[in-house]
Amino acid sequence: MHTVKPTDPEAQAKGADMQPMPLRPSRPRLNGRWAGYTHLLLARMRELKREPEVIFWVFVFPLLLALGLGIAFRNKPADVAPVAVVSGPGAQHALELLQASPQHAAIHADMLTDAQALKGFRVGKYALVIEPKADGSFQYRYDPARPESVLALDQIDDALQTAAGRRNALTTAAKISSEPGARYIDFLIPGLLGMNVMNAAMWGIGFALVEMRQRKLLKRYLATPMRRSDFLLALTSSRLVLMLVEVGLLLGFGVLVFHMRVLGSLASILLVGTVGALSFAGIGLLTACRAEKIESVSGLINLVMLPMWVFSGVFFSYERFPAVVQPFIKALPLTALNDALRATILEGAPLTAQGGRILIMAIWGGISFILALRWFRWV
Amino acid sequence: MPAIECRGLRKTYDGKVEAVRGLDLEIQPGECFGLLGPNGAGKTTTIEILEGLLAPTAGQVTLLGRTWQKHARDLRELLGISLQETRFSEKLSVRETLDLFASFYRHPRAAAEIMQELELTEKADSWVGKLSGGQKQRLAVATALVGNPQILFLDEPTTGLDPQSRRQLWEIVRGFQRRGGTVLLTTHYMDEAERLCDRIAIVDHGQIIAQGTPAQLIARLGGHHVVEFATSAGDGANNQELWRMLPGVDSVHEDDGMLLLNVREPHQTIPALLAAVENQGAQLVHLTTRQASLEDVFVHLTGRHLRED
Ligand SMILES: Nc1ncnc2c1ncn2[C@@H]1O[C@H](COP(=O)(O)OP(=O)(O)OP(=O)(O)O)[C@@H](O)[C@H]1O
Ligand SMILES: [Mg+2]
Repeated sequence: MHTVKPTDPEAQAKGADMQPMPLRPSRPRLNGRWAGYTHLLLARMRELKREPEVIFWVFVFPLLLALGLGIAFRNKPADVAPVAVVSGPGAQHALELLQASPQHAAIHADMLTDAQALKGFRVGKYALVIEPKADGSFQYRYDPARPESVLALDQIDDALQTAAGRRNALTTAAKISSEPGARYIDFLIPGLLGMNVMNAAMWGIGFALVEMRQRKLLKRYLATPMRRSDFLLALTSSRLVLMLVEVGLLLGFGVLVFHMRVLGSLASILLVGTVGALSFAGIGLLTACRAEKIESVSGLINLVMLPMWVFSGVFFSYERFPAVVQPFIKALPLTALNDALRATILEGAPLTAQGGRILIMAIWGGISFILALRWFRWV
Repeated sequence: MPAIECRGLRKTYDGKVEAVRGLDLEIQPGECFGLLGPNGAGKTTTIEILEGLLAPTAGQVTLLGRTWQKHARDLRELLGISLQETRFSEKLSVRETLDLFASFYRHPRAAAEIMQELELTEKADSWVGKLSGGQKQRLAVATALVGNPQILFLDEPTTGLDPQSRRQLWEIVRGFQRRGGTVLLTTHYMDEAERLCDRIAIVDHGQIIAQGTPAQLIARLGGHHVVEFATSAGDGANNQELWRMLPGVDSVHEDDGMLLLNVREPHQTIPALLAAVENQGAQLVHLTTRQASLEDVFVHLTGRHLRED
């Protein structure tokens, strides 16, 4: 008997038999369509809240990272060039010339012995060493491979020549034009946001799923009328909620502590974050679709994330990598997310200008999601 | 219409391990049915096929007139399941876990009511990770009951419980049965099967080797009593025929140096036994009599013990 036809009295009687009448609860309750989803999401959020490690790694750690790196790489007012002057005849003259030069504020000079000066230069404390010669000339020691050394060479030579009376052949003037968002911290915060979205999805979805599979909890859920789509949706939603909180925290932190300027609208930032979070949710799901042991999924997660940590411009610009690999780097989902976040936050670029990046994220997420559903192992 | 019915059930894992080899069951509504068998007999495999969690290699399953192919979602509403091993989320409380499971069903029972029934009320707000083994086991049964099922599947619900918790769980199962529910459970414990189940199937190597009420199975031994003895001669096994000839003895077998007689009338057999031993010029070094149990049935059928520990 497959269906109960109301016209068939026997089937109806059987149907009545099947009703759980004798087992009716004392207080009947009726669950709506979204009861399961709501409870799953609620349970997931509670679990996260009760896991102190999660709070630390998801919320505190990125702030500490931003604070530490933001301070270490803060732009000093008009970079001071540190130089060493080797003591001896002529050293005093060099110091006086530097002091008298128009650039004196941007130069910090120490008089040291030959050995001390060289040591300081080697360890990066000085960008340049000035060695006065017996004939009254100066010899510069610099390292062409160190940008600050090259800069200092020009700057110091210019200062000494000007102070010694060189006339400029041409009148020139420079005007300060500081682009918003050009500091390292401005670069860093969107990168941290992107990285956080990736980490959260890979651990919070990928790892969490395999753990539930290992505990046989997935199998237990499967033995209920729970909708599988609700379960996956709840898991993804919990990541979106975390992403919202994370955007607020990191941007708020940047604005309050580092006076960061956020040019894009909050709505577009959140939209980009959502696309990124969904994309990585798909990738996390795919990573977790077969693994039975948390050890094996941990390896997989690191394998997926490591290239993106290195190449996707979290801590430094990927422009430094050779041109041949640039197309590959740009095709990575974290690159797309970081670039989109930077463009939106730092330049206020409209979403319409981000189509390519959003498409990259959507393709990664969509394909991963489809494959994950096909291969997913519930039990 | 049977509550649970399966025909020709087979399961071969990875094309090699034949876990279930042709198994038929028919369980009536309101019955409490036990699958009894040693480790690796195929109990979990069987029950998980019935639960629709494993696909059988061959065979049909019908539950309450419905099949998994056609009525999966309906069936999920009607079944309550406790797996052999589940570790629930440790950072959720008992109440939260039950509320979560309740939310999956259309007509669940109230979590508070279930907690009361399973004596978990005291632990309602404790995290699952902080529960004792027995409390976790009861929670597993609670999650099975919260959906207000008609059929309850319990895979080794009392393994690892102390005698008191086991009895408590039996009460819960009986209560469910009284309200008209059907129960299928697996167990290693003879006494549990004897006291709790209306009918039992003894499973070994993926097949049912005996089936019936506990009394029927024990009756198949012939005698309802077992006389267990050893003599100083120590050669009991050599003259099994001698013991077989004693009055009231149905069958004889040796186990671990002891001779076991299945006996109908101990009061006739024992004096004869004493006389026979004396005739041999030997002495009894051990003698006990007891009611025959399912353990004896199992040993009788397979020559092995159910639990080899
Ligand atoms: N996923 C699996 N893959 C391969 N073999 C399996 C798998 N699950 C079980 N088996 C094998 O199938 C046989 C039956 O296992 P099953 O778990 O059904 O036994 P059981 O009667 O429940 O035993 P226990 O009393 O120990 O729980 C065993 O030999 C087991 O090794
Ligand atoms: Mg088992």
